[in-house]
Amino acid sequence: MKKSLIALAVCAGLAAVSPVTAAAPPAQSRIDALEARIKTLEANAEAMREQAAAATAALEATRAEMEAMKAAAPTEIAVASEPTEPAAAGGANGNAFNPAISVVLNGSYTGHSLDPDTYQRSGFPLVGEGAPSAKGFSLGESEISLAANIDEKFYGQLTLAVGSEDGGTELGIEEAYIDTTALPAGFTLRAGRFFSNIGYLNSHHAHSDKFSDRPLAYQAFLGNQYGDDGLQLRWVAPTDLFIEVGGEILRGQNFPSGGAGQAGAGVKTLFAHIGGDVGIENSWLAGVAALKSRTEGGEDGFVGDNTLYVADATWKWAPGGNFKDGGVTIRAEYFLDDRDGQYIDPVDPLLDQPWNGKRSGAYVEGVYRINRQWETGYRYDRLWADDNGPYASNYDPKRHSVMLTWLNSEFSLIRLQYSHDQPNASDTDDAVTLQYQVNMGAHGAHKF
Amino acid sequence: MKPLFLSALLLAAMSAAPAQAKLKVFACEQEWGALAKELAGDLADVDIATSPLQDVHQIEAKPSLIAKMRRADLIVCAGADLEVGWLPQLIRQSGNQKVASGAGVFFAASQVSTLQKPARLDRAAGDVHPQGNPHVHLDPYRVLTVAKALDARLVQLDPGNASVYQQRLAAFSTRWNAAIKTWEAKAAPLKGRNIVVHHDSWIYLSRWLGMKEIGALEPKPGVPPTSSHLASLVATAKSSNTLAIVRAAYQDPKASAWLSERTGVPTVSLPFTVGGDAASKDLFGLFDSTIDKLLGLAK
Repeated sequence: MKKSLIALAVCAGLAAVSPVTAAAPPAQSRIDALEARIKTLEANAEAMREQAAAATAALEATRAEMEAMKAAAPTEIAVASEPTEPAAAGGANGNAFNPAISVVLNGSYTGHSLDPDTYQRSGFPLVGEGAPSAKGFSLGESEISLAANIDEKFYGQLTLAVGSEDGGTELGIEEAYIDTTALPAGFTLRAGRFFSNIGYLNSHHAHSDKFSDRPLAYQAFLGNQYGDDGLQLRWVAPTDLFIEVGGEILRGQNFPSGGAGQAGAGVKTLFAHIGGDVGIENSWLAGVAALKSRTEGGEDGFVGDNTLYVADATWKWAPGGNFKDGGVTIRAEYFLDDRDGQYIDPVDPLLDQPWNGKRSGAYVEGVYRINRQWETGYRYDRLWADDNGPYASNYDPKRHSVMLTWLNSEFSLIRLQYSHDQPNASDTDDAVTLQYQVNMGAHGAHKF
Repeated sequence: MKPLFLSALLLAAMSAAPAQAKLKVFACEQEWGALAKELAGDLADVDIATSPLQDVHQIEAKPSLIAKMRRADLIVCAGADLEVGWLPQLIRQSGNQKVASGAGVFFAASQVSTLQKPARLDRAAGDVHPQGNPHVHLDPYRVLTVAKALDARLVQLDPGNASVYQQRLAAFSTRWNAAIKTWEAKAAPLKGRNIVVHHDSWIYLSRWLGMKEIGALEPKPGVPPTSSHLASLVATAKSSNTLAIVRAAYQDPKASAWLSERTGVPTVSLPFTVGGDAASKDLFGLFDSTIDKLLGLAK
């Protein structure tokens, strides 16, 4: 093919120049043409020789690799005949397509100086799972998570949580959602039950936390963690700087909402995160979010419109970028809760009153990774109550916590935590928690 | 009507985009980034997620990496679960459908046979890799096999430049085969020598050069060694005419220094990947430097 094409090209070229060289004797032009053809053929031969050499080299390499493989001890080497496919998938066994299963087991012993049953937080009712941990032994939140690609367009995840509540055992669906994996231009749509992407900690499962309980602001404004049924659309910008924006529409069943208002779409959120690196040793992430709820009957007696604003910032530094071997993580989050509605007393309608006002809360924590086995950290929590309204208080709760964690491997840890909590003007709760947490099964991949 | 028109426009934009822009490659490790550069040259922008001094088992799914992943046309990684703790998170958070599955995903360890596939999967043995040892880049023959597969993938994603990729592969193979001959001749004195390793990341190198690994400081991946293990390792290293205690440049020197003190066996820090030392500027330099450093101890 190539040869004839080139010959054709040469002929065409000759035809083109022939009028100019018409003066030259015809024999000369024929000799020129022949010379040109010989050169072309020589070039072709050279190219073929090179190709042959490359093929021989490739053959040699393959042979050498085969020999290397043969030389290897047969017990250690499993030569896959189809190396591009995982061996397990070839079997007739239907279990080969099992989703990745991971189990988190978690348990603790907590001693409180103040009985959790008499615990009262000034200006903030205890809502959701926002109460202090039970005294004595308890099974924290143990969970089972199943995750897999469903097909080339969807990914799914189901997380079941086993928790103990008032001495009984509860099994709940913590998350059950599908994600699209094939939307263009950096979009991801999520549907199902999931933790909202507002703030930093909210979308993280408790087992990746550095402390054994959530910050007071999470307990007071989100009932520990806000998850609900709905839709989430997320977009990541095609930029060097990490920029993620998105929004959610959620049922509005759980605190800070309630009653699934607006025909079961009572909560809307917007969130944005940006992040990046400073050199190879520093990384940061910051975000802002707003959650707007039409609440038909909140756990705290609220009916009306409430808006929660969250700002978060995280800075991580690790020598050489090896975060598991040392370094410092600093994180802060700020919450502002704005109510515009009514307080409906669950027992006595005479106590109903308007509820318009703002409350806020914040925490800052620092965790020092000493080495691969140990880490320690300190957290300061603060809530600012409202002077007016149904939960009026001129006292602002605060808490200090310190922790020390021993990590045997990536899959197990034991944590000791002490916290000094001043929930109201007259009480102090000193709590010590000893906690274990392990991870079995599929190797989890954690968010930043 | 309107949505139809919009989606048609979107489709057109999507199919038009890859033809114009340079291929964007996201490499998890330095070695595979270096290989992608050898094969693609100026035709691709290669972003490497990790530095030569980072432990690639333990990377965080940082925002900067999500941003890089977002723009990738192809990810080139070791695979065999080496990046299991961070790569899936990056892919999912980036929302980039090109690298969610299919042709945009290339794992080196899937192109060759792996060693040390555990017969039994039990985390009591540490963070074992069910698909075998993923550090295949330390065997130059396997590197060549991976190079061919990667080249085919580049051709598949960027067919317009197929001839360039093929030429670059041919040139690389010729140079690489010549280099293998040189390395093998040079490294002859290393054959049969005993080494103690820090972590099981050297099996491909020691197999290739005919060295024997007689022990590991961290025999269970991700789990610190017990004192009885260390005591027996001291005894083994002392009595076996051990050439060296080998660690990767990214690993903490303390453990190997400790063993060296008790046994008199010298320690050596090998680059492990491209950029791991000053001489390892590319894949050729990586093997040059590795063999030179080992030979320096054999004399």
